[in-house]
Amino acid sequence: MKKLVKHRVFWPAAALVALLAVNAIARPAFLSITVQDGELYGSLISLLRNSAPLMLVALGMTIVIATRGIDLSVGAMMAVSGAVALTIIAESATPEAPEVIALAIGAGVIVTLIAGAWNGFLVAVLGIQPIIATLVLMLAGRGIALLITNGEITTVNSAPYKFMSQGYVLGFPFAFFVSIAAIVIVVLVQRRTALGMLTEAVGINPEASRLAGVRSRGIIWGAYAASGLLAGFAGILYSSNIMAADSNAAGNLIELDAILAVVLGGTSLMGGKFSIAGTVIGVFTIQTLKSTIVFLGVPSPVTPVFMAAVVIIVVVVQSPLLRGSALRAVRSVRGATNSNTTEVAK
Amino acid sequence: MDSAVPPLVEVVGATVRFQTETALSGVDFRMYPGEVHSLMGENGAGKSTLIKALTGALALDAGEVRLNGTPVRFRSPRDAQRAGIRTVYQEIDLLPNLSVAENIMLGREPRRYGAIDWTRVRSEARAALAELGLDIDPASQLSTHSLAVQQLVAIARALSTEVKVLVLDEPTSSLDLDEVAELFRVIRELKQRGVAILFVSHFLDQVYEICDRITVLRSGSLIGEYRIQELLRIDLVQKMLGRSPGEVTTRAPIAPAEKRAQTVLTGTGLTAKPGITNANIELVEGEVLGMAGLLGSGRTELARAITGVDRLDSGTLTVTATGGSPKTPREAIAHRVVYSPENRRTEGIIDRLSVEENIGLALQAQNGVLRRIPPARMRELAASWVEALGIRPADLDRPAGELSGGNQQKVMLARLLALSPRVLVLDEPTRGIDVGAKVDVQNLVGELADSGLSVVFISAELEEVLRVGHRVAILRDGVIVDTLASDGLTVDSLLALVAQPDENAE
Amino acid sequence: MTDLKTAATTPLGSVLAWLNTFRSRHASWIPVFAALLILVVMFGFAQWWFGNFLSPRLISALLLDNAFLLILAVGMTFVILTGGIDLSVGSVMAFTGILCASLVSQGVPAAIAVPLMILCGAGVGLLIGVLVHYFDVQPFIASLVGMFLARGLAFLVSLRSIDIEDQSILLLQSTRFKLGDWYITPTGIIALVVVIAGVLILQYTRFGRTIYAIGGNEQSARLMGLPVARTKILAYVISGICGGLAGLVLTAYQGSGYPLNGTGAELDTIAAVVIGGTLLTGGSGYVLGSMIGVFVYGTIAAFIAFLGAEQSWKRIIVGALLLVFVVVQRVIVTRSSRRS
Repeated sequence: MKKLVKHRVFWPAAALVALLAVNAIARPAFLSITVQDGELYGSLISLLRNSAPLMLVALGMTIVIATRGIDLSVGAMMAVSGAVALTIIAESATPEAPEVIALAIGAGVIVTLIAGAWNGFLVAVLGIQPIIATLVLMLAGRGIALLITNGEITTVNSAPYKFMSQGYVLGFPFAFFVSIAAIVIVVLVQRRTALGMLTEAVGINPEASRLAGVRSRGIIWGAYAASGLLAGFAGILYSSNIMAADSNAAGNLIELDAILAVVLGGTSLMGGKFSIAGTVIGVFTIQTLKSTIVFLGVPSPVTPVFMAAVVIIVVVVQSPLLRGSALRAVRSVRGATNSNTTEVAK
Repeated sequence: MDSAVPPLVEVVGATVRFQTETALSGVDFRMYPGEVHSLMGENGAGKSTLIKALTGALALDAGEVRLNGTPVRFRSPRDAQRAGIRTVYQEIDLLPNLSVAENIMLGREPRRYGAIDWTRVRSEARAALAELGLDIDPASQLSTHSLAVQQLVAIARALSTEVKVLVLDEPTSSLDLDEVAELFRVIRELKQRGVAILFVSHFLDQVYEICDRITVLRSGSLIGEYRIQELLRIDLVQKMLGRSPGEVTTRAPIAPAEKRAQTVLTGTGLTAKPGITNANIELVEGEVLGMAGLLGSGRTELARAITGVDRLDSGTLTVTATGGSPKTPREAIAHRVVYSPENRRTEGIIDRLSVEENIGLALQAQNGVLRRIPPARMRELAASWVEALGIRPADLDRPAGELSGGNQQKVMLARLLALSPRVLVLDEPTRGIDVGAKVDVQNLVGELADSGLSVVFISAELEEVLRVGHRVAILRDGVIVDTLASDGLTVDSLLALVAQPDENAE
Repeated sequence: MTDLKTAATTPLGSVLAWLNTFRSRHASWIPVFAALLILVVMFGFAQWWFGNFLSPRLISALLLDNAFLLILAVGMTFVILTGGIDLSVGSVMAFTGILCASLVSQGVPAAIAVPLMILCGAGVGLLIGVLVHYFDVQPFIASLVGMFLARGLAFLVSLRSIDIEDQSILLLQSTRFKLGDWYITPTGIIALVVVIAGVLILQYTRFGRTIYAIGGNEQSARLMGLPVARTKILAYVISGICGGLAGLVLTAYQGSGYPLNGTGAELDTIAAVVIGGTLLTGGSGYVLGSMIGVFVYGTIAAFIAFLGAEQSWKRIIVGALLLVFVVVQRVIVTRSSRRS
């Protein structure tokens, strides 16, 4: 039992379960699932579907944070991929043809992949602080998206495209499968290849990693590219949901939601060890929280207040722990540096 | 200035512990007014810990600090500053983005009607600078000046207020002869004024020139306090480096390598300012090359230069077998030249990764991201090294940061040896390790050389260097001045070579 | 030793000597001059392109239209100088604005509503400062929290815009003090007063110098005994106060409060401050530089409006300019650290 409690995702999971329980008690309808035409409906199902964009973005954010970085451009990237995809569809003679859809999606995510690689270049090669490097695209990204759509909100009518966010497969929302696919791929890439361990090494101690011959540059670059790619897919899902490319609203403020999901899941903002499972739990927690707030009758533009409160609580709770471990870290560093402080001419 | 005058500052029975390490153990230290006192000891001796305790940056676990006979407790550097203890640190603790004048006067800028009076700031700063004979523009930005000047500005700041005790931590490391002379003139003036000065420096010449009293620390303990006239240079070095009492039996001294041995690595004219200048080195198969030299001689810098860790300003480095000349650690590892850093805790071990992950890290990094070492293989590899090197506790999943120093060093060695290196450069591998683990490492080094590896062994303990090394390279001022077979050397003769006064003083 | 009294016998020699002194004393002004140069070039180009760009009316409008951004930029400069960042300013501006509009429309006299709104702005700043300093939260996270909080509170006050009827506030915008074709409004005056206050505080008070010190090397500043905690928190409080003032100015400008105001304004503010020569790493920069940055921003906006082009180009150009400045700053920093 003790080992279970000590497991990294125990507390996040427990918090989620508690939150779900509270909801179930307050509104029993929360847990009800109905079946209609072979498709499942209900609050929980909506949760699974609506959490998909955040899930994708948060996965990318987890990897970037693990390298001691941050990606503030993800929201803007969502707007860009939606704009690209919908423009292609809108200008096509056959908006429902599979090739057109494939081209649209492909183009959308390739653009954001390149944008992510650009961020990676700024951080890994030029050494610019991640906050600032990604701030540039956060600023310019939406403008670019608006340009692509000529300043309008492009709308399309394309059933296959709509399917991605509204459709069902095997009774479950298609979007949910997208989430699952992303999670599985990320986990496979991180844990089946050496990428996970090397990323953690780079995040925990970049200098020691360098001395051990780890290719830090490539790893950091890849992290930002992945974040861009995932944000691109998230943008496709979002635009599919509203069947429009709304460059101002797409991914609005999703950055903090993603960062919060990562932090709630137990990954430290200081980089190093990360937990995909934790992020997944974090995403579901946030979605449940939002659903709870809406249920409480709070108008949705006001929900950020609660999110802010949650962040404050999490941060404050983590802080004495942070302080405790920081104290220990300082002591052990002092122990090491005390024997080396007067070494000269380094 | 004898025991008739009471000490101005006294530290009695100082003990400081960091988790498992004891940095200081029962150290007594005292400073008299109008005297320059030097604190001597190699790395890890406890000098900086003692200074931090004296200046309020650290709290003592046992013992007390007395000012003019009364016990005081400093809770922060500010308390110590208020008590008249000013420190000038080796890492210049000034603000590079502000002007010289502002740095000197920061925190006490003269004001007029609530607003800072810049004219007076500049004039008071100019006066403080003049005292040090510095003729620089007070309004100029600090960062536009050389480190030497910045250091003098730091000293000017310390002097610009009432100072009873002045602590100078390696103040001359960036100064040229004239600047040193100027500093010494100021120090002598302060002596006249009755200020007690703590002068920490590894330049023995300077210590002998300016100091009145020396306290020697070794491994956290007080070796002794001496008047400068009573202590010969060679005795001082001997006390600093010392002979470790109660030796555990070790291997017999290693037989010297055959003359016909193959060269594995050559470096010519290696320069990496300011550490090494025009150094030449040659490493031979199957040989352990010990490196001996005092602090600041360039041992670590040379080691880092030949393993691609630090960039070379000039010179050529060639790995014989491949003809390559590695410029990064990754390249060096590819040429099978590996380095175990001096700072194993901050540059070696990745504390939150497990023992297994730490051991396999470099090997995995060489394999690349895509070709993952199968978990079973990794486990097997790590387990075999844990057993071979006797790493305790033998728990592969334990975070490496929780291991003791000796075991962490063994983990580092395992990581490097897993790469099947041809050159292994070990920088202070036995520092801060218990005696048993020390012997393990020394024996291992011998075995590795026997099996054909070329090993560089850097250590401040001359005994160890002689015992482990086939040849010993003696470093001074960033150059290898001589390489001798360890056969013909004794600890005393090596001591003499290492401690020799500088003929070509800068 | 450095001795700058090189014999300046020739005119060239004395010019070089003067340049040398200038560079060693005021190197951090150079990016500001670069920004000024860019502004001048822009004006010149716009004048050449349109022919009637540089008119007193337009330049007066430049100040009027960007007064709120100017105020925000002053507050942001304080925060960035300490090495931090404040992403909440746009939302604080919106929140305080709608709060004021709401209070005033319910009959609360402006004399009470205005100080209250400024106090609210200060409150958000205090929260952020405390999170940053005492809980070790990274500034951008802490200020994102502030942003979320303020934005949500804005909507809590009202989901829709509220018109202002109160004359005292509307007069801030509608009164024009004319001098020929030049004019200035009370809002413009408020903005300029904030700028002057910022300059005086940063250059002539110990608090201001401590701000620079913290940005230069927080560890050293602490070791020197400077009141780092108090100063850092105050920097964020000042940013919050500026958010409140900007809310007042913007509300007067629009004649109403609107909870969606200022979306993205924080990015515009940061861009203006960086373009104005303030280093994001802290410790170097001037309020006057930020003012120039705001005018650069405003000129770009005016140019685009004149062109009748998409508004989105504005953000793209500003983003690109920001990128150039950041990369150049980075190159300079690496080069100078390699030298030392």
